Amino acid sequence: MFDIFMIHTWIASTIIAVTAGILGFFVVLRRSAFAAHALPLATFPGAAAAQLLGIQPLWGLMGFVTLAVVLLHQLQKLGRKDVAAGLVLVTLLAVGSLLLSMTNTYAPAVFSLLFGQVLGISAADLWPVATIASLVLIGAMSLYRPLLLQSAFPELAISRGISAGVIDIIFLGLLGLVTAMAMPVVGALLVFSLLIAPAAAAQSLSARPLQALVLAVMFSVGMMWLAIALSFWTNWPIGFFVGTMGALLFTSARMFRYIRHRWFSTALPTTMKNSSMKLILAAQPGEA
Amino acid sequence: MHEHTTLPPPVPSDHHADANCASVLAVEDLTVSIGGRMLLQGVTFALQPGQLCGLIGENGAGKTTLLRSLIGVQPSPHGQVSISGLSPRKSRDLVGYVPQKINFAPDLPMRVYDLVQLGCDGHRLGPRWFSRRLHQQVMAALDAVGAQDFAYQRIGELSGGQQQRAVIAHALARRPRLLLLDEPLANLDFRSANELAGLLGHLTRVHGIAVLVTAHDMNPLLPVMDHIVYLAKGRAASGSVREVVQSATLSILYGYPVAVIEHGGRVLVLPHADAQAGEDGCYLMPNGSASGGQA
Repeated sequence: MFDIFMIHTWIASTIIAVTAGILGFFVVLRRSAFAAHALPLATFPGAAAAQLLGIQPLWGLMGFVTLAVVLLHQLQKLGRKDVAAGLVLVTLLAVGSLLLSMTNTYAPAVFSLLFGQVLGISAADLWPVATIASLVLIGAMSLYRPLLLQSAFPELAISRGISAGVIDIIFLGLLGLVTAMAMPVVGALLVFSLLIAPAAAAQSLSARPLQALVLAVMFSVGMMWLAIALSFWTNWPIGFFVGTMGALLFTSARMFRYIRHRWFSTALPTTMKNSSMKLILAAQPGEA
Repeated sequence: MHEHTTLPPPVPSDHHADANCASVLAVEDLTVSIGGRMLLQGVTFALQPGQLCGLIGENGAGKTTLLRSLIGVQPSPHGQVSISGLSPRKSRDLVGYVPQKINFAPDLPMRVYDLVQLGCDGHRLGPRWFSRRLHQQVMAALDAVGAQDFAYQRIGELSGGQQQRAVIAHALARRPRLLLLDEPLANLDFRSANELAGLLGHLTRVHGIAVLVTAHDMNPLLPVMDHIVYLAKGRAASGSVREVVQSATLSILYGYPVAVIEHGGRVLVLPHADAQAGEDGCYLMPNGSASGGQA
């Protein structure tokens, strides 16, 4: 499992999991889950386009993700975020179906673009992953506070002079970069599960932003490692493990929170109940 | 960098009488149109330090638009807004803004403390390093609104009144001289609304902050308010509470018969009903005709 050909897989997937965990935290905070679903799928035809043009797949993906981000940003300005994401998704996917029919891409290649191909990563594949990941990390770190404020409280950010449009295009740009970087490795559908599940689970467990962010990264990396190991042993697709583990993680986090909540809410109001009972009891003799 | 650790120092309570006191907010001949529709026209008024001013007007009168142009979000083609002598875009540190009711998701990973911290440094770039000064600044703002007890609770799980206090603490974090609040009393119960009104009064009296607050139900604010700006048909007029809170004046402003009654030493504004007659028993309808007591 830790053979030399697997080392690249471990490194690439760890880098991807860390960046996806960080960006996923903001995706969930901004309630942009649908956009995070639409971007990878809209980027997916880029690989077919690259093959048609005879260029590197990464360039095709970058081209399509840029197109998707610009379209999404422009359509979002019209008001409905969900409709914008839906339109971008179907439009680019339609283009993709045409491009795929024009190329001689065979089914397994399409399948691996959707569900990931983590076992064939070479040392040369690591460079773009590392470069894009450092770009995204620097961007997210330097914009941490405005991004946090604008994502969680857009109404409050306005009065601090933080432009919603600027933050939105930067955020979508970072998301697009992560998508293009992660897609050849983990697949279009898997990027989405890595973005949403760990962050949503972390946010229901921790009430502190930075703690929730770190927790999201830890969940994301843990999920990724476990998925690779299980996929290696069982020979089942990695997407299956990441997807199901994401759902399981989120469900367990919610259950944990529910139980903790019940425990606290039965512990706290007893004293309140007692004190209000005392008040009622104390008031009654005077009224009688 | 101008980080402060406490809220503004207490000011003498007789500052209202000081006619030479420089205005915190001066709005002159402000005109705003949205989508070709003139919303505000020639709005002029001023606010002194420590003044609590109510902004009233019916739905769609442009109250929120006026507040948005005061924070430099709503461009105005004509007229001038000056906050302590600066334009709205240059005076962001001097203005705290509390928008209309925010819906906090129960899952939001944010405590009251974090919200107030973002009020201090939310616009800054780069990672946040631990700073005692920042902590003190946050605690001062929490202290000013009485939110220490729930400072470390998830904001989405608090009551409406507590959430409103948290947002006010966020707005106060940078020690503003002017606080703008958009319908802060909406959806609050009697107790929370009265407590919040008391808090606003305290901020003006003790910290000398000028407060401009919009409200549909002005009753909780009447004991603490000392000035009213009212908007009707795009125009604004202002006056003292005594001048404006009259049955006749308010009935014209709202375009609906309104009664002003006194009860237990308090003045109350109520929609007119047969049983309640105004002090003159007569309401002026918007078209200028007087209506007797009929419903």
